[in-house]
Amino acid sequence: MLDFLQMILSGIAVGSSYALMGMAMVLIYKTSEVPNFAQGEMGLLCAYFTYMLLDGFGVALEIAIPLTLAVAFALGAVLEFAVLRRAKNPSVLSMIVITIGMEMVLLGLVSWKFGADQKTLPFPISPYDSVALGDIYISSLELLTLGIALMLMIGLFIFLRTTRLGMAMKATQQNFNAAKLMGIRTHRIMMLTWGISAVVGCIAALLIAPTIMHPYMMWDPLLKGFAAAVMGGMTSLPGAIAAAYLLGIIENLFGGYVSIEFKAVVAFAIIVLILCVKPSGLFARHYVKKV
Amino acid sequence: MSALLEIRNVETYYDLIYALRGVSLTIETGRITTILGNNGAGKSTILKTVMGLIDDQPDKGEIHFAGQRIDGRDTEWIMRRGISFVPEGREVFEELSVRENLLLGAYTRRDRRAIQADMEWIFGLFPVLKERTHQWAGTLSGGEQQMLAIGRALMSRPKMLLLDEPSLGLSPLLVKEIFAIIETINAKGVTILLVEQNARMALSVAHEGLILENGRFVLQGSSATLQADKNVQEFYLGMHSEAAVKGYQRWKRKRAWR
Ligand SMILES: Nc1ncnc2c1ncn2[C@@H]1O[C@H](COP(=O)(O)OP(=O)(O)OP(=O)(O)O)[C@@H](O)[C@H]1O
Ligand SMILES: [Mg+2]
Repeated sequence: MLDFLQMILSGIAVGSSYALMGMAMVLIYKTSEVPNFAQGEMGLLCAYFTYMLLDGFGVALEIAIPLTLAVAFALGAVLEFAVLRRAKNPSVLSMIVITIGMEMVLLGLVSWKFGADQKTLPFPISPYDSVALGDIYISSLELLTLGIALMLMIGLFIFLRTTRLGMAMKATQQNFNAAKLMGIRTHRIMMLTWGISAVVGCIAALLIAPTIMHPYMMWDPLLKGFAAAVMGGMTSLPGAIAAAYLLGIIENLFGGYVSIEFKAVVAFAIIVLILCVKPSGLFARHYVKKV
Repeated sequence: MSALLEIRNVETYYDLIYALRGVSLTIETGRITTILGNNGAGKSTILKTVMGLIDDQPDKGEIHFAGQRIDGRDTEWIMRRGISFVPEGREVFEELSVRENLLLGAYTRRDRRAIQADMEWIFGLFPVLKERTHQWAGTLSGGEQQMLAIGRALMSRPKMLLLDEPSLGLSPLLVKEIFAIIETINAKGVTILLVEQNARMALSVAHEGLILENGRFVLQGSSATLQADKNVQEFYLGMHSEAAVKGYQRWKRKRAWR
C-alpha cells in the first residue's frame, strides 16, 4: 500500500513537468494552430542561459531567474514575430516544419556553445533532498515543481478569466478575424501568447535542469507534454493538465508493477489507445459549429 | 453634407479571381445605403475590402473614411477610426458568453460606466440577449447570434455600421424587427451601409441603393427611383409585369443596363 501511494505521489510529481510542457503547447496551438515542436528547445536555451549566468558570470540566483524569464518571454515573442509570421498563408504542415526547423537551430546552438556533456546547474535545492510526508517521501525539487506548476495554472486561469488582455487572447484564439474587427491588435496578442508560453516552458526546463542537464534533456518532457496535450484534446488547458498527471501516475505504476524497461513507452501506448477510442481527446468539449 | 465613406475605383482580387472591377461609392453622413445584387456579385467583397480583411487588397483604388485614407491598413486600425462590421457568418465568439461578446465589442473603449449603459441599451433592443447573458454564444440560435453580432458591433459606438445580410436565415417577423432596429440605430446618428438579398425590405429602409453585378455597379439612385425601375422590379423585387393581353407575345425582359 505504501509503495502504491509512493508511486502515485512520484507520478504526480513527474506529471507536473509534463503538465507545464503540455500547457505551453496548448497555449500556442490555440492561437497559432501549430504544435510547437520547438517548445522544448526554447526552454533548453533558457536553462542554459541561466547556467551561463550562474556558472559563467556568477550572477545571483535571485537575479538570474527573473532575467531568464524575461529572456524567455522575449524569445517566444521574437520567434513568433520573426519566423512564424513570415510564413504567407501557411499550411499546418509547413508550420510544423518551421517549428521543427527552429527546434534544430536552437538545439544546434546549445550543443555548439555548451557541448553535449552533462552540466550541473548550481541550484540551491539538490535533487537528492527530500521531504517526508508521513511514511512516504517526495524529493524537495519535485515538491517545488508541483507547487510552482499549481501556482502557474491558477495564475493563468485567473489571467484568462478576469483580465481584458486574457479575454482578448481567448477572442483571438476563437476567431481571428472577428477579434480584429473588435479592434484587438491580434499580432501583439500572438506575440504575447508565444511569450507566455515560452515562459511556462522555460520554468519547466529550469525545474528539470537541476536533475538532468544536457542538450537532449527536454526531449522526454516535450514528447510527454505533447502526448498529454493530445490526450486532453489539444485545445484544452485543463484537459492537458489532467492528462499530464494521469500520464505521470500511470507511467509510474506501470514501472513499479509491470516492467521498468517499458516505462517510457507506456505513455505512447496509452495515446494510441485513446486516439483509437476517442479521437477528439479525453477532455475535449467537442464543439460543433452551427452552419 | 459631407462624405463619410468614399470608395474610389476599387479593384479587388482573390488571387486570380477578379472580384471587384472598379467600384466607386460615396456615402454621406447619416444615410442608410443599400447594396443589392445576386449571389457572387461581390457585395461581401466590398465590405471586406473596406474593412481591410482581404490580404494585400484592394489592388487598385482608394478608400477614405472621415477624411482619412484607410485602404491598405490593418483591420484593427480601420475599425478604430469608427467603423463596425457585422459579417455574413455572424462570427460571434462561440466559446465566450453573450456578455463577454458584448464586452469585446467595447474593447477599444475605457469608459466602464458608459459601456454598462450601452449594454443595457442593447438588451433593450434585443431582450432575448438579456435572458441569455451567461450562455455561450455558440449555443444561441442562428437568429440570436445575428442579434448578438449586431449588438456587439454597436458596443464600440461606431460612426458607421456595415451590415452583411443581417436578415439571412431569420423568420419574417424577426426580419421586420431587425430592419426596424436598423432604422432606430440610424436615427441615433449612425451611418449605415447595408448589403442585402431581401431587396424589398432593404429598399424600404434605405435612402439610397446601388445594384452590383459581376463586381460593377450597374445602377444607383434613391430608393424610390430604384423601386420604380422596371429592371429592379423584375429581377430584384420579383414582380412580374401584368399578364399580356391575349394575342400579344410576351417575352422575357432583358436587363437593359448592359
Ligand atoms: N475567399 C475567397 N477566395 C476566392 N474567391 C472568393 C472568395 N470569396 C469570394 N470569392 C469570389 O468572389 C466573388 C464575389 O463574392 P462575394 O462573397 O463578394 O459575393 P456576394 O455578392 O457577397 O454573394 P452572396 O450574396 O452569395 O453573399 C464570387 O465569385 C466568389 O466566388
Ligand atoms: Mg455575401
